[in-house]
Amino acid sequence: MRDKRMTADEAVSEVTDGMTIGIGGWGSRRKPMSFVRALVRKGVKDLTVVSYGGPDIGILCATGQLKKAVYGFVSLDSIPLEPHFRKARQQGTIEAVELDEGMFLLGLRAAAQRLPFLPTRAGLGSDVLKINPQLKTVKSPYADGEELVAVPALNVDIAFIHMNRADAQGNGQSLGRDPYFDNLFCMAANKAFMSCEKIVSTDELVAGGPLQSLLINRMMVSGVVEAPGGAHFTECPPDYPRDEAFQREYAKTAKDDDAWSAFRAKYLDVSEADYQKAVSS
Amino acid sequence: MSSREATRADICALAVAECFRDDGEIMVSAMGTTPSLGARLAKATFAPDLLMTDGYNLLLRRALPLGARPNDDDIEGWMPFGSVFDTLWWGRRHVMMGASQIDQFGNQNIACIGPWERPKAQLLGVRGAPGNTINHVTSYWVPNHNARALVPEVDMVSGVGYDRAASLGSRGGRFHEIRRVISNLGVFDFNTPDRRMRLASLHPGIELQQVIDNTGFELVIPDGGVDTTPVPTPEIVGVLRELDPQGYAQKEVVV
Repeated sequence: MRDKRMTADEAVSEVTDGMTIGIGGWGSRRKPMSFVRALVRKGVKDLTVVSYGGPDIGILCATGQLKKAVYGFVSLDSIPLEPHFRKARQQGTIEAVELDEGMFLLGLRAAAQRLPFLPTRAGLGSDVLKINPQLKTVKSPYADGEELVAVPALNVDIAFIHMNRADAQGNGQSLGRDPYFDNLFCMAANKAFMSCEKIVSTDELVAGGPLQSLLINRMMVSGVVEAPGGAHFTECPPDYPRDEAFQREYAKTAKDDDAWSAFRAKYLDVSEADYQKAVSS
Repeated sequence: MSSREATRADICALAVAECFRDDGEIMVSAMGTTPSLGARLAKATFAPDLLMTDGYNLLLRRALPLGARPNDDDIEGWMPFGSVFDTLWWGRRHVMMGASQIDQFGNQNIACIGPWERPKAQLLGVRGAPGNTINHVTSYWVPNHNARALVPEVDMVSGVGYDRAASLGSRGGRFHEIRRVISNLGVFDFNTPDRRMRLASLHPGIELQQVIDNTGFELVIPDGGVDTTPVPTPEIVGVLRELDPQGYAQKEVVV
């Protein structure tokens, strides 16, 4: 079986301007932040990001690399409103596709199942249909004749996810209490890359948690990156909690261009190793 | 906060709890401090069958104080986000959300102020409000009742109101129900022929005119006088003090 180990920079080298990127995790939880930092280093532009958004979307708004955000929400959890995203929305610098959180999930499922859409009640009667003129309804072909929203598939070019453990072949393990939807992100993508806190042998992986923690199998991913602290500053339980102090520092930089430039110079325009050194000092 | 004398925040918490009284064995999802406290009060007293999470992914067998971390023996089940969506589509859920704006038919906005295309203020986005309101019972909490929150027309319909639900016909809107709106001034419902918001009760010490002056649309006022919201007994106040030892809810409610 193939050894899929690589670096984050090698993984993001496949991302080109204008691509649609899927990013796993949820809000400020187990986000593949080392990949996001690699995307910033690469400077790839005009990205569409599909995400249960957190600082992934916020950072790419602040660096001007995000053209369009497709989201169920964008939040830092302990800070309810992502300030860089908020600023981008209010200044009109990004396009937005705002979906109900459940519609977003169905869009991922439709893509994973290679379906054009999945039906739901969510969205009916709300302005989600007004702000998304691309959304259509579909009528049940059965006797009930019920009209439902046809959520289009959220197909993505490349997906990035972060797990607690993985083996070199691409089997991945989530040891926290919520798997989120990272398996669907991989399946909705043409190609997916997984970072993890630690690469272990397959034996260690299987012994390291219950079978149901083995969320990702090797069919789903093309590359595995060992990235300790790779979800920082979002939480990655049980390995580490969210770095609330750092997140507050990050959030404050939305108020002031100089503060953002200083943050970017210190934490983003550096290698991942230097980032990890800077945040642990 | 050791006094057993009920404050306005205590009255609000009990009013919230009453929204869940007859819900039986369903999941309560309460967003915000006073809704969380009220839901816990219901579970701790008259509605023990309610299912409740820690706000993350654990189902808890008992109501814990606000801010308390669950121990292993507090857990009765697992409710990751994937299961939350399944539960809400199933309909066995009653959510109490906040409302940056709400109108007379219960249309709610948490998404943005100003035009969505270029908002003056980006708020939470629609989050789960469209799916919640069309799938299961929803109530709202407004800690600062004023004419900027209770508006003739919301800027963006996140949560579906009765007029919008009616426009979907009898099938499309059949799971839609807005049970109640609780504010710092009173309790409101939609028990009117045309499903317009009605003043159900005034909190003690609140004048009818105060509510009318702070509401941006015409409320339905019941004929023959308005009820007063029940005041929690000293025993209930005692439970509230145990469930909120830091007094978070006291700070949230605008008096």
